[in-house]
Amino acid sequence: MKNYKTIILSNQEISPGYYRMRLLTPGFSETARPGQFLMMRVQQSLPPLLRRPFGIFRTGFLPADCEGMPPKEYTEILYKVVGRGTNIMADLHRGDKVEVLGPLGRGFDVGDPSEEKILVGGGIGLVPLYMLAESLASRCKVRLLMGGRTRDDILAVTEFERLGVETYVSTDDGSLGEEGLVTRVLERKLDKYPRSSVYACGPMPMLEAVYRICHRRQVPLQVSLEALMACGVGACLGCVVKGVGHTEESPRYLCSCKQGPVFRADQLDWSRLGEEPGYCEGCKS
Amino acid sequence: MDKQTMKSGRPNLTVDIGGLVLKNPVMPASGTFGYGEEYAPFLDLNCLGAVVTKGLSLRPKAGNPTPRIAETISGMLNAIGLQNVGVDDFIKFKLPFLREFTTPVIVNFFGNTLEEYGEVAARLSDIPEVTAVELNISCPNVKKGGIVFGTDPKAAHEAVSTVRKQLNKHLMVKLTPNVTDITVIARAVEEAGADSISCINTITGMAVDIKTRRPRLANRTGGLSGPAIRPVALRMVHQVVQAVKIPVIGVGGIVRPMDALEFLIVGARAVQVGTANFVDPASMITIIEGIEQFLLEEGLTDINQLIGSLEL
Ligand SMILES: Cc1cc2nc3c(=O)[nH]c(=O)nc-3n(C[C@H](O)[C@H](O)[C@H](O)COP(=O)(O)OP(=O)(O)OC[C@H]3O[C@@H](n4cnc5c(N)ncnc54)[C@H](O)[C@@H]3O)c2cc1C
Ligand SMILES: Cc1cc2nc3c(=O)[nH]c(=O)nc-3n(C[C@H](O)[C@H](O)[C@H](O)COP(=O)(O)O)c2cc1C
Ligand code: FES
Repeated sequence: MKNYKTIILSNQEISPGYYRMRLLTPGFSETARPGQFLMMRVQQSLPPLLRRPFGIFRTGFLPADCEGMPPKEYTEILYKVVGRGTNIMADLHRGDKVEVLGPLGRGFDVGDPSEEKILVGGGIGLVPLYMLAESLASRCKVRLLMGGRTRDDILAVTEFERLGVETYVSTDDGSLGEEGLVTRVLERKLDKYPRSSVYACGPMPMLEAVYRICHRRQVPLQVSLEALMACGVGACLGCVVKGVGHTEESPRYLCSCKQGPVFRADQLDWSRLGEEPGYCEGCKS
Repeated sequence: MDKQTMKSGRPNLTVDIGGLVLKNPVMPASGTFGYGEEYAPFLDLNCLGAVVTKGLSLRPKAGNPTPRIAETISGMLNAIGLQNVGVDDFIKFKLPFLREFTTPVIVNFFGNTLEEYGEVAARLSDIPEVTAVELNISCPNVKKGGIVFGTDPKAAHEAVSTVRKQLNKHLMVKLTPNVTDITVIARAVEEAGADSISCINTITGMAVDIKTRRPRLANRTGGLSGPAIRPVALRMVHQVVQAVKIPVIGVGGIVRPMDALEFLIVGARAVQVGTANFVDPASMITIIEGIEQFLLEEGLTDINQLIGSLEL
């Protein structure tokens, strides 16, 4: 955990409205775990005032610039342009200065390697699943179900395939892969492989549907949630989500930047999770 | 660089806040620094003038519904609802971590009745690791129709004198800016036995999502903090410094060294840094170094030569 004052190695549009940013981050990969995130300071001057949270897509090494130098360690994030901060990010270039605080939060529990795994990603929700697939693929069967509105929302699927992950794409309009919701594919896969455990990230309505399916079938589920964040380190308590047993009289809140962003489904109060704005309002699928 | 070794040629940053001696005048603002441990990976707590912890109440408090935060121009609104672990769990589980550091610990707390204020003060009074307390009087008195202690001179006086009776430590009282004349409240708490005053707490504000036409905070309104409030905070600190004899600690929108210097010049004996911690976890270190650098540039050997040096 550290604040990296660093530079951008590359920043490219990979699909309309979606970007991949590569940052120089020496030492980051030793500590980064699947499902963790970072807080990005978009620019030195204000506004925007607060940092923005982004999932860690992957870490890796580039060859050294010249002989005798260590290889360059990098971290990649994938982001969707939705507002002020991400618009500024989209205009940044190689060599521009940024600050990232990370790696932060509790990531996925990779679980029993003898169990088959199904990963469900909705749009940009795919991001935290890559490092998870990377750490699982050599140990057990991993299937990725990737959903989006149109083909533009389907990202980085070939990178998962290169890890040996079986991938299934679905889009609402049928412009890529199967036509329909990713949850329909999930039902089918669970019919066929009922002993799988499920890991999901995406817009709230998708997560709720995934939860209902897994709950009915008693399949273990972990989800990565998005909440509004100010600090990212557990200090401000702005990012809480409702935990199981929550009532108005005796509220039970979980801190999503510290105790999450990944939660076991049975830690959360699903009846009330999606009822307030502020989480991703389906804006990113 | 070891901040404690006073090498010759380096200006003195030590300040005395009514007997509370700090190695430098920079500390976090309550509620923006957790219980200290959250930020320990990012900066050396031993470099700070003091650590100020999240506001405590007698019993644990779950806080407000979400969304609790909203970013605005150069600021943020929060309605966390004073979520905290309660004074007993703080002493048992959070305070031991802070014992590892040499930095004084200032514990912020609040109550919803006079009795609660007194009870929390009594429990903190016997704890040796607690150097001083900061009394948050920006909360409603549930027994008196919800009138906010800090907006009424009589209620503020009562809260402070109740705590004063239970407490044998330095008593800092934090004022709310949501009043017509802050000097009236400042004089009331001074008379009730406060050792120092910190101001300001957040300014009540609101933001609306124009698409959903709903308030952006579940609580409808929240407290504005960050650079947006700095001029208001500075004006109020200036007024309070003029109105009372006890030391004043300046809070509100401090992000850069020059912001802290403004408060010191108008007469704040120390400063608290809040929202800036979220933007840059090392901002307090930058501010301390910047203050020292400024003193050198100005040819001053002691920070106390700068404090209250406002030319009028
Ligand atoms: C743990 C975590 C991981 C995330 N990972 C990614 C990622 O890998 N890629 C990615 O593109 N985005 C990710 N997000 C969401 C991302 O942080 C927001 O999209 C970003 O903060 C928006 O900033 P902005 O200034 O562009 O938008 P703003 O102008 O601040 O807001 C524009 C719109 O985005 C919504 N929004 C703002 N912040 C959030 C948020 N934190 N969560 C959900 N919606 C938000 C607002 O409600 C509004 O509708 C993640 C969020 C969290 C909490
Ligand atoms: C998220 C958040 C939580 C806060 N919690 C408390 C608190 O528990 N007790 C308190 O006295 N002040 C609290 N404050 C107010 C700050 O201590 C400070 O007075 C205010 O934010 C102004 O300073 P700033 O502009 O530097 O943030 C809180 C502020 C924020 C932003
Ligand atoms: S974002 Fe501040 S506590 Fe989670």
